[in-house]
Amino acid sequence: MTRLSHLRELEAESIHIIREVAAELSRPVLLYSIGKDSQALLHLARKAFHPAPLPFPLLHVDTTWKFRAMYELRDRIAREPGIHLIVHKNQRALDQGMNPFDHGSSKYTHALKTQALLDALALHGFDAAFGGARRDEEKSRAKERVYSFRDRNGQWDPRNQRPELWSLYNGRVERGESIRAFPLSNWSELDVWQYVLEERIPVVPLYFAAERPVVVRDGNLIVVDDDRFRFRLGERPVLRRVRFRTLGCYPLSGAIESSATSVPEIIDEMQRSRHSERQGRMIDHDEEGSMELKKREGYF
Amino acid sequence: MAPPGSSALRLEEETRELVRVVAMGSVDDGKSTLLGRLLYETGALYDDQLAAVKRASRLGGELDFSLFTDGLRAEREQGITIDVAYRYFSTPRRKFILGDTPGHAQYTRNMATGASTADVGIVLIDARLGVLPQSRRHLAIAALLGIPKLAVCINKLDLVGFDRGVYERISADVRAFAARLGFDGLKIFPVCARDGDNVAERSARTPWHKEGTLLDFLETVPVAREAASGRLRFPVQAVIRADPDYRGYAGRIASGTVRVGDEVVVLPSGARTRVQSIDTFEGQLLAASAPLSVTLRLADAVDASRGDLIAPAGAAPAPRTELEANAVWLSERPLDPGRAYLLKHTTRLVPARVEAVRWRLDPETLEEQPAVRLELNELGRIVVRCMRPVASDAYADNRATGAFILIDALTNDTVAAGTVVESASGESVREAPGDAQPISAEERRARLGHCAAIVLASDERAAAVLERSLFDRGCAVTAARSAEAALACAAAGLVVIVAISGDDLARARMHSELRAGGAPLVEPRSDLEAVLARLEELDALPRG
Repeated sequence: MTRLSHLRELEAESIHIIREVAAELSRPVLLYSIGKDSQALLHLARKAFHPAPLPFPLLHVDTTWKFRAMYELRDRIAREPGIHLIVHKNQRALDQGMNPFDHGSSKYTHALKTQALLDALALHGFDAAFGGARRDEEKSRAKERVYSFRDRNGQWDPRNQRPELWSLYNGRVERGESIRAFPLSNWSELDVWQYVLEERIPVVPLYFAAERPVVVRDGNLIVVDDDRFRFRLGERPVLRRVRFRTLGCYPLSGAIESSATSVPEIIDEMQRSRHSERQGRMIDHDEEGSMELKKREGYF
Repeated sequence: MAPPGSSALRLEEETRELVRVVAMGSVDDGKSTLLGRLLYETGALYDDQLAAVKRASRLGGELDFSLFTDGLRAEREQGITIDVAYRYFSTPRRKFILGDTPGHAQYTRNMATGASTADVGIVLIDARLGVLPQSRRHLAIAALLGIPKLAVCINKLDLVGFDRGVYERISADVRAFAARLGFDGLKIFPVCARDGDNVAERSARTPWHKEGTLLDFLETVPVAREAASGRLRFPVQAVIRADPDYRGYAGRIASGTVRVGDEVVVLPSGARTRVQSIDTFEGQLLAASAPLSVTLRLADAVDASRGDLIAPAGAAPAPRTELEANAVWLSERPLDPGRAYLLKHTTRLVPARVEAVRWRLDPETLEEQPAVRLELNELGRIVVRCMRPVASDAYADNRATGAFILIDALTNDTVAAGTVVESASGESVREAPGDAQPISAEERRARLGHCAAIVLASDERAAAVLERSLFDRGCAVTAARSAEAALACAAAGLVVIVAISGDDLARARMHSELRAGGAPLVEPRSDLEAVLARLEELDALPRG
């Protein structure tokens, strides 16, 4: 008997997880962050319920500082049949002028991402939220269950996670408690790209190399995506051939120099690469264990 | 465009096997170091991860490999592993999902989490300390959870001067203990994880070791997943309704292969129908095998919903409300027979109680000790009473449909992991975990001299007459009052008489439940000779 390819096996596992959550929790939502992982997750979710439409909405927690190309893809997806997209912003923090330049990345992330997410979940009464996180991304993610239980404050207790045996997930929650579900837990970055290639999943063009206006800040290549960018003394954008391995808020996302302009080229590049994907993410580097701290507070 | 050759590379990627590995060890036996070493040697670590670990290494210039894997703050602070961490690495043939599990007894439940899905287990033993109680516990849990293949690494061999005698002595201890748990394919490696001896490269310091490296073993060990070749088991996850005419049953094939046209039963109702189509996003399939996720449409408008099991009409497990199982207790609150639990089996969630604890297993001696309850991290044999029937297989036959978890109905905590030991016959199997040999229908036939059958009688009186006459003809026969009891007896190889009465609906329900077991059904007949003739045809009467 020939074995399934690992991608098909991962796909089958993810679809199983997505269906379990949809069946066992009363109000799930898919956290949609527009990146390649979100796109792959959305594709899997569609497969899980085909030919019926998605039985849950998408939620984009919008900091208003994403790349323009991300908003374009998001809005295109939102127009597709069967998609119901909810956009939530922490309007109060935005009104107070919260931005990634004046405020440290941890304060900014807490207000516009973590707090906004918790508010949105509470506002709509969601008791389950799908995320596209993978365990190979970061050390504390590697410790997280497929069903990650969150208490009434949306917090994760890494020392007291529910045992998770076989594929028998425990989705029991009381009012106010919730489950964060990670159907891509066992996928690697390479797996996702191979899947994007095979399934022809649309992704934001920023993943492909192009000449872009770049400033080098604290060793990171920051692409100047709009006129809200605040230059420091002496900074001037120069055109460089760059792309992104991971996308977030543009002033906080580091690009890499690359000439990969297609998915196969990205895959080739990755197989030669010696750097992990989150290297360009400034919010993870605040301090050793920073992701764990954010997650405990309710960050995805 | 991609350079030539890159598509071949991807194709190779594409056909990799997914292999799940779990690493188990005791405190301070260097498991994290070993796994860090494995990741390093297979190129699974990136430069910035290496740099971060170099910054954090306490040893000065030398890399502390354990820092690659301990992910939580408390773990780094205490230098121990608390929860299972998953790591990924690939070789040209395989993609590995590696569960790094904690050694401390108090975190045994986290170890069980990592071990439940594993194809291969790695057990670490400190060469200075030999086989510890905790090592035995790990082996016992590995046996309970049915990990098919095991690699034992006797680590820190540098600290005993690579002494072959020490290695041989510990190996003998391990083999003796593992043999009692029924492991096959056990391999032992002399290792120094810190320096990489026999991890990815053969060590010059152990010239007497001829059996290759741990990585060789992981790359080549046959991972025989019987899932795709076994009997079809399809737990229904959800009913998909796209429009008023479309009713599909979505699920992941737990084992076996489903084909369009297959005769199937829906359990526990026993409704019989055929597979009309196998639908996927990509289109319809003629056949699909485990572990694919698909959607089935059935030929008849049977009543099926989430939690039901679709199985072959002739080879379906008997739905039962009593499960005999090995269990590992995962909660600080001990097992309490008075407490309400929920049992999750495949996609089915049913209220349940633990009716009895048969014994507790001493993981040191493998002795079955009398017990009235199980406490955190204890292993034992329990009897679970479910409020609704569950169609389970023995875990030894089917990992997916022989496993369950118990959830505390009040706290929602996952409190136990169970593996069903009872074969479909309803007989309990008394061997230690891992030794259960299911009894086949052929063996039962050889013992009793005839096959099983269920004979329906029009009333209690007719049933009693029939039972007496069959008994007098040397038949192993009994009468049963419920479908459940009848199925259990039929599964045990007996001829079972069931008086079928009540209104049409009750009779129809009884009928369909009885059909679900797979034993042939003989309809009521007024004439005893006609019943005997039919039984003879079915080989359900002793010859002569």
